[in-house]
Amino acid sequence: MKKLLLQAALAAALPLSCINVQAAEPTDGGTLNVVVQPEPPSLMIGIYSNAPTQQVAGNIYEGLLRYDKNLEPQPLLAKSWESSEDGTTWTFHLKENVTWHDGKPFTSADVVFSVDKFLRETNSRLRQSLEYVDSITAPDDYTVVFQLKEPFGPFIGLFETGTMPMVPKHIYEGTDYKTNPANHTPIGTGPFKFDEWQKGSYIHAVRNENYHQEGLPHLDEIYWHVIPDAASRSVAYETGKIDVLPGGSVENFDIPRLTGLENSCVTSEGWEYFSPHAWLWINNRNYPMSDKRFRQAIMYAMDREFAKNALWNGYGKIAKGPISSKTKFFDEDLPDYEYNPEKAKELLEEMGYDGTPVRLMPMPYGETWQRWAEAIRQNLSEVGIETDMVATDVAGWNQKLSDWDYDLSFSYLYQYGDPALGVSRSYISDNIAKGSPWNNVEGYANEKVDQLFDEAATAFPDSKRAELYKQVQQQLVEDVPVGWLLELEFPTIYNCKVHNLIDSAIGVNDAFGTAWIEQ
Amino acid sequence: MSIQTLFYIGGRLIKGLLVLFVIAIFNFFLIRAAPGDPAKVMAGEAGAADEVFLQQLREQFGLDQPLYYQLWVYISNLVQFDMGQTYRQQMPVFDLIMDRLPATLLLTGTAFVLSLGLGVLVGVIAASNHRKWIDSAISVAALVFYATPLFWLALMAVLLFSVFLGWLPAFGMETVGANYTGWDRVVDIAEHLVLPAMTLGLFFTAVYARMTRTSMIETSRADFVKTAKAKGMSPGRVTFRHTLRNALLPVVTLAGLQAGQMIGGAVLTETVFAWPGIGRLMFEALFQRDYNLLLGVFFISSAMVVLFNLVTDIIYCLVDPRIELTK
Repeated sequence: MKKLLLQAALAAALPLSCINVQAAEPTDGGTLNVVVQPEPPSLMIGIYSNAPTQQVAGNIYEGLLRYDKNLEPQPLLAKSWESSEDGTTWTFHLKENVTWHDGKPFTSADVVFSVDKFLRETNSRLRQSLEYVDSITAPDDYTVVFQLKEPFGPFIGLFETGTMPMVPKHIYEGTDYKTNPANHTPIGTGPFKFDEWQKGSYIHAVRNENYHQEGLPHLDEIYWHVIPDAASRSVAYETGKIDVLPGGSVENFDIPRLTGLENSCVTSEGWEYFSPHAWLWINNRNYPMSDKRFRQAIMYAMDREFAKNALWNGYGKIAKGPISSKTKFFDEDLPDYEYNPEKAKELLEEMGYDGTPVRLMPMPYGETWQRWAEAIRQNLSEVGIETDMVATDVAGWNQKLSDWDYDLSFSYLYQYGDPALGVSRSYISDNIAKGSPWNNVEGYANEKVDQLFDEAATAFPDSKRAELYKQVQQQLVEDVPVGWLLELEFPTIYNCKVHNLIDSAIGVNDAFGTAWIEQ
Repeated sequence: MSIQTLFYIGGRLIKGLLVLFVIAIFNFFLIRAAPGDPAKVMAGEAGAADEVFLQQLREQFGLDQPLYYQLWVYISNLVQFDMGQTYRQQMPVFDLIMDRLPATLLLTGTAFVLSLGLGVLVGVIAASNHRKWIDSAISVAALVFYATPLFWLALMAVLLFSVFLGWLPAFGMETVGANYTGWDRVVDIAEHLVLPAMTLGLFFTAVYARMTRTSMIETSRADFVKTAKAKGMSPGRVTFRHTLRNALLPVVTLAGLQAGQMIGGAVLTETVFAWPGIGRLMFEALFQRDYNLLLGVFFISSAMVVLFNLVTDIIYCLVDPRIELTK
């Protein structure tokens, strides 16, 4: 009997140790099947900066740097970089063995063209940051110098593929970038080359044999499958046709079932750079939302712990204030708005709230957001705030927010690692303008906050910035311009035979260059 | 075919063109009546956009022009068979539609033939066994399929045949990356076609079965059927030659309607099975407010409806020579 047990134990231990041995040594070859949702409009990442485009094109195009999960810059197309003492001159040294997918060499001329000409025209997010850049020059073929007007704290965080992708000068110079036919056959420097796009079905990329990083990539090819229905995406994964479900590609209520499957792995890493931050838009312009106490009451009324556990399967973290805990300069010591309906009622009584009902417009981004709106509706009702639900589709939701035709609604925005890039835009009064659902839609205006954000962006060194951001966070948490909900996490579900899938702070949006499949 | 018939068909075609023209104008305004702005939807996907970017997009799409001018551009292009560019993919609308049309025609065509053939057959069996158990069984089954929502049926079929049994692929039109050619490819596509075509076809099978049955039962009480039986004709001959042929007219009407809907009517099935067809294209265009693409799909669909109505009328005369085609 004892012998039998021992054998059983050995038998159980043996396969495990085999896996461990294999896992240490990457093997080449294999096909990776990934879901992309929705189908991207284009793969030209310099013009289209939405998530599905980046997810595919992040394998084809590259930036100068990539970022590890602590947002520390790592070499990619640039092998090294340095800044002057005062933080205004940045010099980048490029790798010398890099070629475009069509065989032409990649040089500093491409960098200057990409940033100064191409992206300045096509990428509105980068354009705002480039305001701080005085000149971009190339003293020789493999050196690029960025001369800033003044120190700009987030500068070194701008070089990721989605924000500042390198595009080939020899293809785009002198053409109309938006209508250049080359946009349909993207040429980059990345580990995978574009092969084919069957609209409505799949996108296919193959291994770049001349990739500039020795021994990479490991995979032979990647297919991104377009499957429009969330339930069908789950089934595709269950039946083994799909190896990777990037975060957000299945409904949250399916996640526990899918992660419970045999050989199914899950990770919520790979969102550090974006740190998606969800909040409730509160239209500060109209009564009763114009009263600070009403907005504070909303914060106390919402049971965010419940929403996290019931709607997001426990993924995510309750947001303390405007800056995500994963973003730089987050202040640990901010006061908490705990779930406290009694306190909410007191605040409403103090302000003399007359029971005027408010409109609540859910975000039309799937079932979870609908349910979240219902949960908050009930929370608010429990403290005496009655809400009317407003139903819209994506286009209608965009329109209503941009026209300020709402009382309460939802949104979530990326923070891009630095408050100057992804946080201040939602609170500074310069950014109050009809016509966009992504600016200061709530209509919050506070001179002190404007000034603090302004100074913090260009303060030098970082310790000064931290002090200024601490002040601004305290002021915002007191004023509650929007109702912060959760730091969202979108877990990526994948077949455990895939290793090294998520390798940087932008997760599945980065190239699968180091990923490999157990053969 | 008499000269009169040809005149009739020519007249109908001219009327059809007029109808299409009116539909095109109507569609144009209908789409604009929905709130939303294509530029904002596209900017929204990017997660951030300033006014400069939005303005660039609107200029590129021609949306900064007054509405009457946009209508004029659309109609004058359409007359020259130019449907414009899609906003999102930056491709000619016509090319994109033609790219996706074969997949939809394969799916809806298969479902159409399947449902018509099977529906009429089952209907005849039910009517011939009127008030027997087989009739009841068919009627109940038909009612169930008639009343079940398509997408639910589709998901259940996927669960049963793909997840539990593993017999059939759950999504797509071909095995991606297999690069089959010739006969292997036909078999591969056929395997992918089974579930979506069944799902799409079951509803209409039920409709045809119910209609054929009712119509057959009614016709079988007619005097000429009694006469045929009385003169000693075999039951099979009575059923197919006398009863069925006369009972088919309402079925033909309905089939004409279904055929007209073949292009736009498969949105749900195409979505659930990730079938790369035109219904999905339309559905996505609607949410993205891709006006040009949407108008293009609407136009092609309405052209199909007009065409199939005409074809239905011609088939009427073939089924029942007493009907004449006249103005």
